Amino acid sequence: MNDVVLSLSAVVKRFGDNEVLRGVSLDLHRHEVVCLIGSSGSGKSTLLRCANLLESVDAGSVTLFGQSLMDDRVDPDLVRRHIGMVFQSFNLFPHLSVLDNILIGPVYALKRKRSDVRSEALELLARIGLADRADEYPDRLSGGQQQRVAIVRSLAMQPALLLLDEVTSALDPTLVGEVLDLLADLARQGTTMLIATHEMNFARDVAHRVAYLDSGVLVEQGTPEEIFTKPQHASTRAFLERVR
Amino acid sequence: MSLETDASASDGPPNLFAPRRRRLFVGRRGVVASTLSSVVLLAAIVAVFYLAPGGAQVRYYFFNPHNMWVSFVGDPGKGLSSVGLGILTNIWMFLLCEVLILVFGLLIASVRMSQSAVLFPLRVLSTVYTDVFRGIPVLLVMFIVGFGIPELGLGFLSHQSPAVYGCITLTVTYSAYVAEVYRAGLYSVPNGQLLAARSLGLTHASTMRRVILPQAIRTVIPPLLNDFISLQKDTALVSTLGAIEAVRAAQIYDSTEFNSSSYVVAALLFLALTIPLTRFTDRLIARDRARRLAGSQ
Repeated sequence: MNDVVLSLSAVVKRFGDNEVLRGVSLDLHRHEVVCLIGSSGSGKSTLLRCANLLESVDAGSVTLFGQSLMDDRVDPDLVRRHIGMVFQSFNLFPHLSVLDNILIGPVYALKRKRSDVRSEALELLARIGLADRADEYPDRLSGGQQQRVAIVRSLAMQPALLLLDEVTSALDPTLVGEVLDLLADLARQGTTMLIATHEMNFARDVAHRVAYLDSGVLVEQGTPEEIFTKPQHASTRAFLERVR
Repeated sequence: MSLETDASASDGPPNLFAPRRRRLFVGRRGVVASTLSSVVLLAAIVAVFYLAPGGAQVRYYFFNPHNMWVSFVGDPGKGLSSVGLGILTNIWMFLLCEVLILVFGLLIASVRMSQSAVLFPLRVLSTVYTDVFRGIPVLLVMFIVGFGIPELGLGFLSHQSPAVYGCITLTVTYSAYVAEVYRAGLYSVPNGQLLAARSLGLTHASTMRRVILPQAIRTVIPPLLNDFISLQKDTALVSTLGAIEAVRAAQIYDSTEFNSSSYVVAALLFLALTIPLTRFTDRLIARDRARRLAGSQ
């Protein structure tokens, strides 16, 4: 297939003696939603961070649009402008208004004119029903609202793909729905996403492909149907047993 | 071993009154207690001052109103410098130094935290710098700068007034402290902020300027003000280089008139400068604390 956006091949990551990723290979195609599942500490977050070079890779390679990111001449800042990332703890900038949180990337990383981006940002906020909160500070918003703003913040960069790191894990159960709905919305519009998640129902409904990670090894991947109804490996079965 | 919470309910309502000997300290009665203790303490201090065997001498040599006034305004005829004018030197010194220190300290902190490969030698230098100048007493630096630079024969640089060498000394030493304060402040910003900014593709410099620094400034202001309070006092150290500031003027008065009331005048003038800043700093800290407590519930 030639529409591979992001490709990880045999990626190894160690923290000291601890091998967190042991040769993980995974392709992400355009318009595809891949859900990474696995227990805490299985390496999901590290995998996402290796994908946008927040963590260095010890062996193997990461490729974006067919270009190896392991090349010395690659500027990580330029790479990250094409890859949106959303975190478990939102990480909105508390000293900036909601609007400025969204503008900071396009204005200071892409050097676009503030007045041009402003209307786009307000449009994005309107899509998540928060246009009237543009001038408020993040701490005035609920967790669900903050996380939706964080998603919009990364969308404002018009990235080629989104990496989402357990984006509902820090939320009140009552607020999880609004965030997952937004993600499902984005999936319908063809946003390419790699999603680390504990929300199995969401993965089943929205993902095109599900990958199960266990202790840094990508045990198996397949359609939600394949993974959730007839998992091939014992460890996958055991994991799904436990989360059910 | 009963786990019931109302085990005592059968004995009637519990006694909630403080025992008699503690009643003075409970609730609104506390005001009475605090007034009483203040009066007693004040009386004790005054009594020691008046009843001590050398009390009268101390009052004459340190708190003599006439000498206090003359030393405050000075007397050019007798060659007495005015302590009141001297303090102006202290004031312009610390005003100038504060600005220089804020800029220089931030520069050192940013170099020390930089990641650029090119800046490696400067990074090492800034680490050595903060280690050295936090470790040497200000007084020694004052001597080294104040007597050393003139000896170097560097033309313009070697022909400055003692007050200028004092400013150089204070800027150089306090910048080392302030750089560390900045650094602590920058590290106090949660790592997630850095990750979020970098994943938006912001450069390290942009991230520092737009995201980390604005958040660090808030936490850094109270400790910075604390350093500035000691800076205000340490301007007195230029007296050792012969600059006529408040303390030097007071010394001159004491050695000519054999009365130390001039020192008390200098002390009062320093207090007049530092107390507003101390009060202001305390208020900021209290406000910051209130904000944090409100945030974390």
